[in-house]
Amino acid sequence: MGALINTSREHLILTEAGLYCPAGGFHIDPVRPVKRALITHGHADHARAGHGAVMASAETLKIMAARYGEDFASVTEMAGIGESMPIGNVAVSFHPAGHVLGSCQIKLDFSGFRIVVSGDYKRQADPTCAAFELVPCDIFITEATFGLPVFRHPKAEDEIAKLLKSLELFPDKTHLVGAYALGKAQRVIALLRQAGYDKPVYLHGALEALCRLYEEEGVKLGPLEPVGKRGRELAGEIVIAPPGQLADRWSRRFGDPVTAAASGWMRVRARARQRGAELPLIISDHADWDDLCATVAETGAEEIWVTHGAEEALVHWCGTMGLKARPLNLIGYEDSGETSESGGT
Amino acid sequence: MQDFAELLDRLSFEPRRNAKLALLTDYFASTPDPDRGLALAALTGELDFRHAKPAMLRSLIGERTDPVLFALSYDFVGDLSETIALMWPKREGANAAPPNLSEVVETLSKAGKTEVPGLVSGWLDTLDETGRWALLKLVTGGMRVGVSARLAKTVVAGLGSLSPDDVEEVWHGLKPPYEALFAWAEGGAEKPETNNPAPFRPPMLAHPIDEADFERLQPEHFAAEWKWDGIRVQAVAGRERNGATARKLFSRSGDDISAAFRDLVDEFDFDAAIDGELLVMIEGRVQSFNALQQRLNRKTVTKALMNSAPVGIRAYDLLALDGEDLRERPFEERRDRLEDFLDRLGHPALHVSPMVGFSSWAELASAREDPARFDAGEDAAAIEGVMLKRRDAPYVPGRPKGLWFKWKRDPFLVDAVLMYAQRGHGKRSSYYSDYTFGVWREGELVPVGKAYFGFTDEELLKIDRFVRNNTLNRFGPVREVVHTSENGLVLEIAFEGIARSKRHKSGLAMRFPRIARLRWDKPPAEADRIDLLEALVNDDEKA
Repeated sequence: MGALINTSREHLILTEAGLYCPAGGFHIDPVRPVKRALITHGHADHARAGHGAVMASAETLKIMAARYGEDFASVTEMAGIGESMPIGNVAVSFHPAGHVLGSCQIKLDFSGFRIVVSGDYKRQADPTCAAFELVPCDIFITEATFGLPVFRHPKAEDEIAKLLKSLELFPDKTHLVGAYALGKAQRVIALLRQAGYDKPVYLHGALEALCRLYEEEGVKLGPLEPVGKRGRELAGEIVIAPPGQLADRWSRRFGDPVTAAASGWMRVRARARQRGAELPLIISDHADWDDLCATVAETGAEEIWVTHGAEEALVHWCGTMGLKARPLNLIGYEDSGETSESGGT
Repeated sequence: MQDFAELLDRLSFEPRRNAKLALLTDYFASTPDPDRGLALAALTGELDFRHAKPAMLRSLIGERTDPVLFALSYDFVGDLSETIALMWPKREGANAAPPNLSEVVETLSKAGKTEVPGLVSGWLDTLDETGRWALLKLVTGGMRVGVSARLAKTVVAGLGSLSPDDVEEVWHGLKPPYEALFAWAEGGAEKPETNNPAPFRPPMLAHPIDEADFERLQPEHFAAEWKWDGIRVQAVAGRERNGATARKLFSRSGDDISAAFRDLVDEFDFDAAIDGELLVMIEGRVQSFNALQQRLNRKTVTKALMNSAPVGIRAYDLLALDGEDLRERPFEERRDRLEDFLDRLGHPALHVSPMVGFSSWAELASAREDPARFDAGEDAAAIEGVMLKRRDAPYVPGRPKGLWFKWKRDPFLVDAVLMYAQRGHGKRSSYYSDYTFGVWREGELVPVGKAYFGFTDEELLKIDRFVRNNTLNRFGPVREVVHTSENGLVLEIAFEGIARSKRHKSGLAMRFPRIARLRWDKPPAEADRIDLLEALVNDDEKA
């Protein structure tokens, strides 16, 4: 292990609760309650309730309040985007990650030695959140959810076109789209609107609050209706529900719907089948392989730490590019998105 | 190619027959010749060119990717073609337009073996992930998107007002890309001339008989014959224009299965079409279905297998003879002609299927109960019931009402315990509707089969509820449910036969198992033991 890693370990260490910065006395996205937490984004595997103090973007704080109640932490601090704030002996700044509304990378500047914790991020365009900002650094801690070269996400617009084409071909069937409540659902709706779909989109109850929050934050989603007691009368309509509801008793009300699922995992057939998707839509809020590699290179970091996901392949690739890299086995993050309704996909 | 790829992609995820029909109809209606015809050929397994082998694909991807990244990816995806399709890195500067389907098919059919790798990698460079996946499926020769040849032909027929059987009739005389067929189906052209000396004729099928039918029907109007437990076939031969003999053996669905039964087919020396049952026959004795099974679903067959499991036909009907179409003739007349024809032919593997004499339904019922005592003798084990055919009925393709009936032997029954339940597909994806059941062996339940039909919608709801409320473990879409001697659900399973199988833990495989009844009343301890099933395994197989 090189000297650099030893030095950096003092800047940021791995504890049972997650990444900890001794110089600033805070954790980043801790998986259990801590005194002071900096939160990258609102997905439940990154943003948990019960911390003493929480610092996050304004939107992330609102998302946490919507999910956990106003008292999700004793103290909250809003992080200004791009503003450097001293915490202990480190200067902290938040930069858009392009993952979901309010998602940020967190930069830690130790007198010129810079570490960026990416949280989850994507480089694809997304009408529902601020675009990823490239933050040059010395150590880049990257996610690797889709860290295998089989994952190259197609244009999300083309995937939405598939959904609309199916609706045209099967106008008497409800099109039931599985999408996570935070981020994916709103992106699917926004993409439908961009494609000119102006009919109401029907929502499972679990999505209503967050869609409302997005609208309040200025993301236009067009006419939305709760599914409520409706079932077969939604033939020919688009219904969005959490992925877990796709093939469960709730979905029986629609008779024989076309089941679509919006996720990066849909790229792999066996995964799509496992999810029961008949119309897999490869729409992801994570960087694909090409974007992971490109981002790692563009940050100019000499050292890459790879977290949650397919660490091995990305670490190997970094090695072939002459970059120091190592896996950082954070426990508690969803690495597959298979069962969670909170983790991003 | 890209449109074809999108079609395959949608079909591969679509469980519903009607939706598959709609997707195919949309494709055929909007795709020009010859691409649509080649797609039809690909789906019906009629494309014949040098197929790419997995070893070749591995070496192609090996030249382009890091071996560690490939290994990790393959490990995750689990399918070679799909892994390659997904991770294929396009060559720098490759910007050729993707090929259309006809370009791929024509080029490949002319290509020499050494040219294939270069062609495939060149095309991979032009396609996207779905396109590459479809190309690799095409060049490795395995479509497997859940579309039968029959379904594809049904779609073509539906482009206009033809019936699927109309398409079947001309099918074997046509070649890809089927331009004349599409033109005929769409109503713009006459029926294609086929000049096929050995055509397939869509078979006539029977309805299962109901109790109530017996009151309505007069025994004297019907002839009865054994229903053999083999596979229904059509043996056809005829003279080509150049004097050579064309010989074919077709399955019930019109698949040409001649290649797997050369020992039989090469001996056809007649100009006729025989409807009959293909069976393994040793020294004139009909063997059980299990003996036939080893010869099914093979492209070719070894000499050793031909010798150990020789096949023959029990003939039911004669559809054509010496250029004369007999299908309009009444059954009795066709039957006379059949007996006369086979008599003259004297072929050792072609026998008329004997009639069962009866004067009342009661008499026929006892023949069905015990074929051995009604002249079937040692062949009785291969009989699965009786067929009733109206003496004056013509041979009508499809399943016409009131002419032919099948009266099957009662199924075997076993009381088994539900052990695992899996989510269904499509309409049933919110239900646990695929059931693995077991019987007792030395105080433990061993799984002996799976069933996913036989129950009513109402019963499905009840089983689904039982599964959800009695789950022990979850493995993805599968739940293990409670199955102790006191607690669990007993299912009465009906099945048609049972054979040894190395693939199953119990060493047994059931034919056509389905759920006959739910035995909520029965404690699992009272379910059957494996001895009951062992006793049903055919005696010669035990030896």
